[in-house]
Amino acid sequence: MAIDREQLLHVAHLARLELREDEVERLEGQLNDILEAVSKVSELDLSDVPPTSHPLEVVNVWEVDEPRPCLPVEEALANAPEREGNFFKVPPGGAT
Amino acid sequence: MIDTLRLTAEEAWRLVDAREISGAELFAAYRAAIDDRDSELHCYLHLCDDPGGDGLPIALKDVIGTKGIPTTAGSKILEGYVPVYDSTVVERLKAQGLRILGKTNTDEFAMGSSTENSAYGPSHNPWDPSRVPGGSGGGSAAAVSAGLTPWALGSDTGGSIKQPSALCGNVGLRPTYGTVSRYGIVAFASSLDQVGPVARTVRDCAFLYSIIAGRDDCDTTTVELPQPVELPETVELKGLRVGVPRELNEAEGIEPGVATAVQAAIAKLEEMGAEVGECSLPLSVEYGMACYYLITPAEASSNLARYDGVRYGLRADAEERLEMYERTRDEGFGDEPKRRIMVGTYALSAGYYDAYYGQAQKVRTVIKREHDSLFETFDALVSPTSPTVAFPLGARTADPIAMYLSDLLTIPSCMAGLPGLNVPCGLSEGMPVGLQLIGPQFGENTLFRIGHALEQALGFDSVPERLR
Repeated sequence: MAIDREQLLHVAHLARLELREDEVERLEGQLNDILEAVSKVSELDLSDVPPTSHPLEVVNVWEVDEPRPCLPVEEALANAPEREGNFFKVPPGGAT
Repeated sequence: MIDTLRLTAEEAWRLVDAREISGAELFAAYRAAIDDRDSELHCYLHLCDDPGGDGLPIALKDVIGTKGIPTTAGSKILEGYVPVYDSTVVERLKAQGLRILGKTNTDEFAMGSSTENSAYGPSHNPWDPSRVPGGSGGGSAAAVSAGLTPWALGSDTGGSIKQPSALCGNVGLRPTYGTVSRYGIVAFASSLDQVGPVARTVRDCAFLYSIIAGRDDCDTTTVELPQPVELPETVELKGLRVGVPRELNEAEGIEPGVATAVQAAIAKLEEMGAEVGECSLPLSVEYGMACYYLITPAEASSNLARYDGVRYGLRADAEERLEMYERTRDEGFGDEPKRRIMVGTYALSAGYYDAYYGQAQKVRTVIKREHDSLFETFDALVSPTSPTVAFPLGARTADPIAMYLSDLLTIPSCMAGLPGLNVPCGLSEGMPVGLQLIGPQFGENTLFRIGHALEQALGFDSVPERLR
């Protein structure tokens, strides 16, 4: 499976990456090399094998439902690039 | 006079306890060594002032969140980010009185095998500064070998603790998945990421592991250790069964000098009473790389979605929000995170999910089963950690796949969630060769025991020749 320029730009948009033209050109070759290498997994017939998402056999760890102290607002906002009152401020929306 | 190149953490701890040296003298000795050598090696991204106290100094890979101390993960997108809370591992170090010397260099978001993907420039190998220290935790490994810290913490997804330890000639443990909390750690691929110790000796490594390991309520993937950590004492290996997986020891690309040093160390294991036998991991090595480079980019593309310029880190100027997200991420991420975000997003996208990510998860089951079956016969497995000794800076930067092959031998056991210990076992071309011991889940004590015995038998001098 090869990825073409149009697909690459679509994936970049899904990942919210505004790639520059020189990056698009470089990435096209590199991504195809990587995808060719990883496509090796398709050589195996694993229709009867269950997937592993996590190497430990831990299931459902429940938390006690009790309130605990959380970050004060000033600390939570300490790294904000821009704030207004007790909110993170961002530029206005637009098409997504 | 404190010789930071030779002082072990264990000895430093004893000297401070016996009041033969003060905590301030100890901290100052490491800072002096850093002033002396780090302009050449660039192990540290940030240095801390002595917070006072008598505990040992320690260095932390810069993916480990530290309250009030910048944490960049080697990325421009986190430039200026100062965490408002400590990682659980840092809380545990502080509870033992340990003091942070500084934050060490890493490939951006721990993605790489040389530190050359750091947005702040590469670190250099203390044995030969024209070569890489390995990665992603090259800063921590190089700092330990150059006497710029008694020990350090790293993080390992597919080899980022073991491989740099091998290339710099020290001891690094990737612990069993689930034994060390990741709370407060910058996430890369959460089904693999583990924090672990880097040290000059196996005993120091085991002791540091004992401080950080154990269940943490803030990381629900953690568990209590089934047995407490035992500091290794004996050099007797009678009754231990050590497997030599053919595919990990005869893989294409293993340098002859590396193979020779590892074979000599395996012969030592037999002399010390271990039963050594050949075995096989037929599919794990052949398919491990492909599996890893699907699963980790997929998880990374999800984990790195949080860097959007809204709450912390870099924000690019833009008139509207979508443009702000896209421009921030383009300006903030370097080439390697972008490649992995793109591969991961593609592998998870509609129409490709089953063929790529779904299939890779099944391959992961196969890898886990192959390893599990070997541990019915063996207590530990052994192989080279890295196929090669440290390579020259720039040698693999133009070819991402050549760089990925640096982790060929460490990746399979990481996929299976197993612990691995790098122990230096000799030199090739004047550069350290590392051997990895792989254990079953929670098999750290066995790895420490074998590693310690080997360390005593081989007498490897961990101080780089040019610094002696």
